[in-house]
Amino acid sequence: MTSIDDYERSPSIGQPSPALTEKLKSLWETKPGFIGWLGSVDHKEIGLRYIVTAFAFLVIGGIEALVFRVQLAWSNMRLLTPEQYDQLFTMHGMTMIFLYAGPILSGFSNYLWPLLLGSRDMALPRLNALSYWIFLCAGLFLYSSFLMGFGPNAGWFNYVPLAARAYNNGPNIDIYSLGMILLGISTTVGAINFIVTFLRLRCPGMSINRVPILIWGTLTANAANIFAIPSVSLAFLLLWMDRNLGTHFFDTTAGGSAMLWQHLFWMFGHPWVYAIVLPAMGMVSDGLPVFCRRPLVGYTAVALATVATMVLGFGVWVHHMFATGLPTISLSFFSAASIIITVPSSVAVFAWLATIWTGRPVFTTPFLFFVSFILLFTIGGVSGFMTGSVPVDWQLTDTYFVVAHLHYVLIGINVFPVAGAIYFWFPKFTGKLMDERLGRWNFWTMFIGFNLGFFPMHISGLLGMPRRIYTYPDSMGWDWLNLITTIGSFLFGFGVLLLIYNVIRSVRHGPTAPANPWDAPTLEWTTSSPPPPYNFAVIPVVASRHPLWEERLNQSEGSRSQIETGLLLDHGKEALGTTTLDAEPNIILKMPDDTLVPLYLALSMTVVATGLGLVNWWVVAVGGALTATCILAWLWPEARLGETAAPATGEPRHG
Amino acid sequence: MRAVQVAILSTVFLWSNARAAPLQYLTGAGDKATPVVFLTWGLIIISISVILIIGLLLAGAIWRRPGEDWTPGARTALKSHEGGLNWLWIGVGISTLVLLFSVVWTVKVLAEIQAPTPKPAVTIEITGRQWWWQVRYLSDDNARQFVTANEIHIPVGAPVRLKLVGGDVIHSFWVPQLAGKMDAIPGQTNETWFEASAPGVYRGQCTEYCGLQHAHMSFLVVAQPASEFRRWWDRQLAPPAPPTGRAQAGQTGFQMRCGSCHTVRGTEAAGALGPDLSHLMQRATIAAGQLPNNGPVLAHWISDPQSMKPGALMPTPSLTETELANIHAYLKTLD
Repeated sequence: MTSIDDYERSPSIGQPSPALTEKLKSLWETKPGFIGWLGSVDHKEIGLRYIVTAFAFLVIGGIEALVFRVQLAWSNMRLLTPEQYDQLFTMHGMTMIFLYAGPILSGFSNYLWPLLLGSRDMALPRLNALSYWIFLCAGLFLYSSFLMGFGPNAGWFNYVPLAARAYNNGPNIDIYSLGMILLGISTTVGAINFIVTFLRLRCPGMSINRVPILIWGTLTANAANIFAIPSVSLAFLLLWMDRNLGTHFFDTTAGGSAMLWQHLFWMFGHPWVYAIVLPAMGMVSDGLPVFCRRPLVGYTAVALATVATMVLGFGVWVHHMFATGLPTISLSFFSAASIIITVPSSVAVFAWLATIWTGRPVFTTPFLFFVSFILLFTIGGVSGFMTGSVPVDWQLTDTYFVVAHLHYVLIGINVFPVAGAIYFWFPKFTGKLMDERLGRWNFWTMFIGFNLGFFPMHISGLLGMPRRIYTYPDSMGWDWLNLITTIGSFLFGFGVLLLIYNVIRSVRHGPTAPANPWDAPTLEWTTSSPPPPYNFAVIPVVASRHPLWEERLNQSEGSRSQIETGLLLDHGKEALGTTTLDAEPNIILKMPDDTLVPLYLALSMTVVATGLGLVNWWVVAVGGALTATCILAWLWPEARLGETAAPATGEPRHG
Repeated sequence: MRAVQVAILSTVFLWSNARAAPLQYLTGAGDKATPVVFLTWGLIIISISVILIIGLLLAGAIWRRPGEDWTPGARTALKSHEGGLNWLWIGVGISTLVLLFSVVWTVKVLAEIQAPTPKPAVTIEITGRQWWWQVRYLSDDNARQFVTANEIHIPVGAPVRLKLVGGDVIHSFWVPQLAGKMDAIPGQTNETWFEASAPGVYRGQCTEYCGLQHAHMSFLVVAQPASEFRRWWDRQLAPPAPPTGRAQAGQTGFQMRCGSCHTVRGTEAAGALGPDLSHLMQRATIAAGQLPNNGPVLAHWISDPQSMKPGALMPTPSLTETELANIHAYLKTLD
């Protein structure tokens, strides 16, 4: 039986030996076979699953968009019926915003966090697996109705009363509501995991002013999610009750409020926009300096700007509702807040500019993606600034100008950094290098295609083209602009295909990658490519933000990071817990083994959601019982994790 | 300023072959629209300048002093980490000033267009319905109130008060040449106003996604001199001329087949589900601005609305050729 002493012992310090790495490997490695694969709690496995799944959703959402771009290419086209068009644009929005943009960043962060932080795993590995499985189940659940011809059709922000039973009498919106609640659980448990990992699992010496900016971005985004998700989950729950149990929260004919939906949705929706860009901005803040051959300019300012953006981000939701008849005084407040939120973004932009200007740029594919992102970020930023001004927004809102804006934000600030990040971290993920020549083709097709497709939308918006119309008359002056947009989006789609092709080709035939192909400064590059299951054989001690560059940046010898020598943790599957601010070693954590319980729990919860979708209380009861059983199995105390150990006698507890 | 405006405007229009884009708002007509047109152009110019400046700085930064070529795994020289912070002070400082200026300008324009002077003499209550607009002219004198649809007449040069109501789901009322959007939300009445400084026909459009035929939920605003507007109003109040011949049979048919949804004032047809058709022939369009109001189109619409506006709430009636011709003849008398 494990005693308390075992995780408050002082571990010895040493260097990795073949015996040690062999032992660690057997402790940490995911079991072979399909069942082993399903039960893995390795953050790297889960991270890659997130990335692959989210990318698949990007492709599906992209195909949906290309279909309706054909319909919109010219006036009076009749390729799609109005109902098909409505389902397609709703699915496109939902897929990209909820099933791609958030999860892809969770994937990168899941993979990278422990490696960046010098840790062996995330703080709560089983919760990590649960978060992925629920995401997958929610995604399939949300797509189930679409495949049966009853996809959500009220737009991704699903305004009532259009989404109420009286105007939408099918399973479409019920499936959307329950799927979103399910997805919210996934995001919430994932967010808790990131926060706890940040607080307790940084390696010794990694005080909070030494963590990479990606950590700040993901942390901030997930702290925000904890506050934002309840709002949208509540909204969808109330809507489901209105639709199925006869409540009247949103029913204006019975004293309910249509505005309540909008407030609840956007109190979540706007912070979510920042949650799906801040980690991506973090990836650029960490990746870009590698190719400028110098550390990021203004680390502290960028970290603080990240947090400031998120805090302000909670005070601007009303700018989605400027035309709903709110009092002028509150419009003025939210207008000012929406314009001023640009200030922290400008901090980041000038920090990146200064980093390139004062550095020595090395031209590689990830560099091109990161640099072009700065320009797209600026375009998306200024169009956002324009929509922040109430009187101007009264004209711009619900036109293609807003469509242009949000695609510059989501593609410019999410997809481009993600593409860059794929090129950047691919060698670490797979141990192979990607093809740089194909990478250039990939970048330029995506960059030209994107701007050709989406920039003209600004102009069609200024010429008054409303969003979400399935067709338009020929006398409106929008035909040529739309044709260009359609051509551009197909070119962009082709660029994404090149990316996929390059990934597949490089996995198979790419040259072997060294541990640190880019000569980058952070801890993930100290591990082999790909990293061993336990990440670090000994726990490193860091002394700066760029452990691998210290020598060349003239850090004095006595105060350099120690990578090769560190704490030995090999009494079972162990990780090191450190103090919150200064990251001093504090406790030894017993990490759980692989398990199928998270998968079963996710499936059980999906059964509950299915029962609620069918309004069949028997199915709900069965799902509920399964869920309770899984939770019980999960929480059953394990001796190996020290959960049933008797406290050691005589030793005073500390820490 | 004006020259820059004209230059950019004409470039935009040449690009897009859109000399006549009826929903554009880069120009405007009236006291509500004009200050916003200036603000819009101001923000566009600021935005384009920012993009150009950042773009040039970025290009300069990239090509100023390129580093070595990349070789996988090779260790290349590093720059020390001093320097560069001035960029933040200067860049963020200037940005903040521009942003503050924009906030002040925004609030100033907001105050300017909040309420019209003088007080509006005409008040119109507009109800958004799937997928058409009900228009009710209000008056202290009950006898002078009336209802029409999809075509709003206003006196030129005078502010008009609008009361917007959501009849079923949320719609958004927008006449870009005259004013920005205001939503029509069920359960609340949103008040706003607009004014047309020049006579003419201005196109409007629903801009809040409202279901299947959101795309075809347009309307027209006809601004006319005060005396003409007064005459139009009087005419709307006049009872319909008694139909004769074929039209007389058409009226009976209309009342039987169409009257439970449509109203013709002064007759037994008093339905409230569809657009009020009194004086239909006075309107330039049918089907909420989607189709021109002429003989063949009207006949086609009556016989088969679903092929022209799939999903519209008007069912396809099963009419014989004669019934159709009679009803058509009757509608032509509603002048």
